[in-house]
Amino acid sequence: MLTLDGVLIQQDAFVLRADFVLETGTVAAVIGPSGAGKSTLLNVISGFFAPVQGRVLWKGQDITDLPPAKRPVAVLFQDNNLFPHLTVAQNVGLGIRPDLRLTSEDHRHVGQALARVGLEGLDGRKPATLSGGQKGRVALARILVQRRPLILLDEPFAALGPALKVEMLDLVAELAAELGATLLMVSHDPQDARRIAPHVILVADGIAMPPQPTEALLNDPPPALAAYLGT
Amino acid sequence: MAARPLPLRRLTVTDTLGWTAVAFVLALILMPLAAVLWRAGGASLPAPADWAALHFTVLQSVLSALFSIALAVPVARALARRQFAGRGVMITLMGAPFILPVIVGVLGLLAVFGRSGVVNQALGWFGLPTLQIYGLHGVVLAHVFFNLPLATRLLLQGWQSIPAERFRLAASLGLGPRDVFRLLEWPMLRATLPGVAMVVFAICLGSFAVALTLGGGPRATTVELAIYQAFRFDFDLGRAAVLAVIQIVLVTLAAMVALRLSLLDGFGRGLDRTPRRWEAEIWRLRLLDLFVLGVAGLFLLVPLGAVIWRGLAGLDDLPPQVWRATCVSIGVALSSTAVTLGVALAMAYLGQRRQGVEVLGLLGIAASPLVIGIGLFLLINPIDDPARWAFVLTALVNAMAALPFALRVLAPALRDVERDFGHLADSLGMTGLARFRWLVFPRLRRPLGFAAGLSAALSMGDLGVIALFADPDRATLPLQILRLMGAYQMEAAAGAGLVLLTVSLGVFWLFDKGGRRDVDA
Repeated sequence: MLTLDGVLIQQDAFVLRADFVLETGTVAAVIGPSGAGKSTLLNVISGFFAPVQGRVLWKGQDITDLPPAKRPVAVLFQDNNLFPHLTVAQNVGLGIRPDLRLTSEDHRHVGQALARVGLEGLDGRKPATLSGGQKGRVALARILVQRRPLILLDEPFAALGPALKVEMLDLVAELAAELGATLLMVSHDPQDARRIAPHVILVADGIAMPPQPTEALLNDPPPALAAYLGT
Repeated sequence: MAARPLPLRRLTVTDTLGWTAVAFVLALILMPLAAVLWRAGGASLPAPADWAALHFTVLQSVLSALFSIALAVPVARALARRQFAGRGVMITLMGAPFILPVIVGVLGLLAVFGRSGVVNQALGWFGLPTLQIYGLHGVVLAHVFFNLPLATRLLLQGWQSIPAERFRLAASLGLGPRDVFRLLEWPMLRATLPGVAMVVFAICLGSFAVALTLGGGPRATTVELAIYQAFRFDFDLGRAAVLAVIQIVLVTLAAMVALRLSLLDGFGRGLDRTPRRWEAEIWRLRLLDLFVLGVAGLFLLVPLGAVIWRGLAGLDDLPPQVWRATCVSIGVALSSTAVTLGVALAMAYLGQRRQGVEVLGLLGIAASPLVIGIGLFLLINPIDDPARWAFVLTALVNAMAALPFALRVLAPALRDVERDFGHLADSLGMTGLARFRWLVFPRLRRPLGFAAGLSAALSMGDLGVIALFADPDRATLPLQILRLMGAYQMEAAAGAGLVLLTVSLGVFWLFDKGGRRDVDA
């Protein structure tokens, strides 16, 4: 269970408030106009940005002051999710040990994760030799071995074509379900939310609203969302 | 939302290393300066000869800067508006004098313009009076040889900052070469030239090796050379200290103005695109550019060719001291490189979180090696024989001299790595040594190799502090060459010059190449 308790995010003229609870295992899309603070909200949860006020809690434990790696969080960023100078297996292995001192057991886990995302046999390749979809899969394999209960996606598949993006999102949803993880994904496209996210967190006008059922919200959007969707 | 995340990190091992590096640099530069000031405090006021040295230093620097930029403008313009096979090579070669040992350049210039050089032989055939290279014009000639390429590269950057669309617009309006110069090129030059001139001026102020070999005498002595002479020949520490104070004031003022006017980006990349220049596509200008590039190419390459040509002849009977000095120089250069890279990396790390740390690295430019050398002598002399420290001090002072350039290369590269991959590494918990091994080192290999090459080549060719400290039994290769020249063993000097040239360019090439080996996108 993720709790944002009276969180106030502020930088220069930018202000965002968040005060809500996200139940464990929920899949929620974060939707709103660009510049509203969707990525910043994720950065606060993942520990890259400190709120001015309020607390971030995971299962009742205050994680507001923890560094990113100590949080129960795995993140996929918009880009640069893989180190181009490391092999596919090394990139995944970093999810197990950040110093890459892997046991044979660990190597087996890496192989299994790669097999799960359909990249068997590509262990030794460098990211530059992979397609966009394959790179996304490598990052997902790392999420698998990280086994963190909270997964944050900051539009990592935005650069992929529509069909490929849907394929990747389906895979993410499957993996999150297998891990029993809570999934929070930033999205520009309401269709993404309809497809895999039963809940939506609307970020607009300086407020990140509590999660609401997707269908109901999208079918009867409040003014801020309606303006963004153009309906 | 592209808000910059706040750093959530605490004081780490790398911070401690960074502060240690800063303290090391400050100690190595400020302690000798303090010693010099303290010693100068009890000394007499500057003598007329000291003012003469100051006068000559400023005069030769002004002339060197003016001639360098006056010649660099047509060369840079030709490179900016022509596309030809070998253009890239020529621009790369323009970067070479930076790592060319000064003594090798001087040997080359002597071979061409010296008493029995190519030019004088030709003049002799025609019964014309011969040139005399020693004195003011020789010093200026050498400074133009070393700084024309730098000025050209800086100006070329200026030309490339003019958007290609402007030239297209000029062509569509039917503007001729004169109009293009007046409307596009001159405004750029007016903005760039003062900075470029100031950089060359500041570099020439610190001239020691050139003045030592081509100047000398009461009429052609720079302050740096006067420091050396006061110390070496008269052992007048008080006078050396007074001169050192003059040099500190002079160089600090010039460096401040130069830094304000221009950014030292002499080895910036991306000089390889040329916008099409319709107005220059006429025969008269084509011939002009061809002529300019030809003359500049000859001026820069013939002396180097002469070093190689004469050096090959002298290679046969090199005295054993040359080989010993070569080994010493390689050792000094490698130690200096290790110090440079260590300090530069630690400072670059710290510089990401503490603004202004990189500026401290520039101290190495402002403080002249001879001044630091005198200060170190004053500090060490009461404790031990400074000659025994000659190689260690040379390596350290060389490291300080290379530090600004290494920082200039490494700091932006490190910033890019942290910008692109810092969050990912943070989220995976890669810290300390693991982060360095799996993220920073592999991503920085290229700039590290380049910085190491620069640092090693600069140290390899340096003739400065070592000349102050060394006793007859100790020498680096540049000093050994100087001694051979002093003993009129020109054959052996040429041979040793070729060895120095080869090793200097060789270490640069090896390091730079090592940084490029199997690096992925």
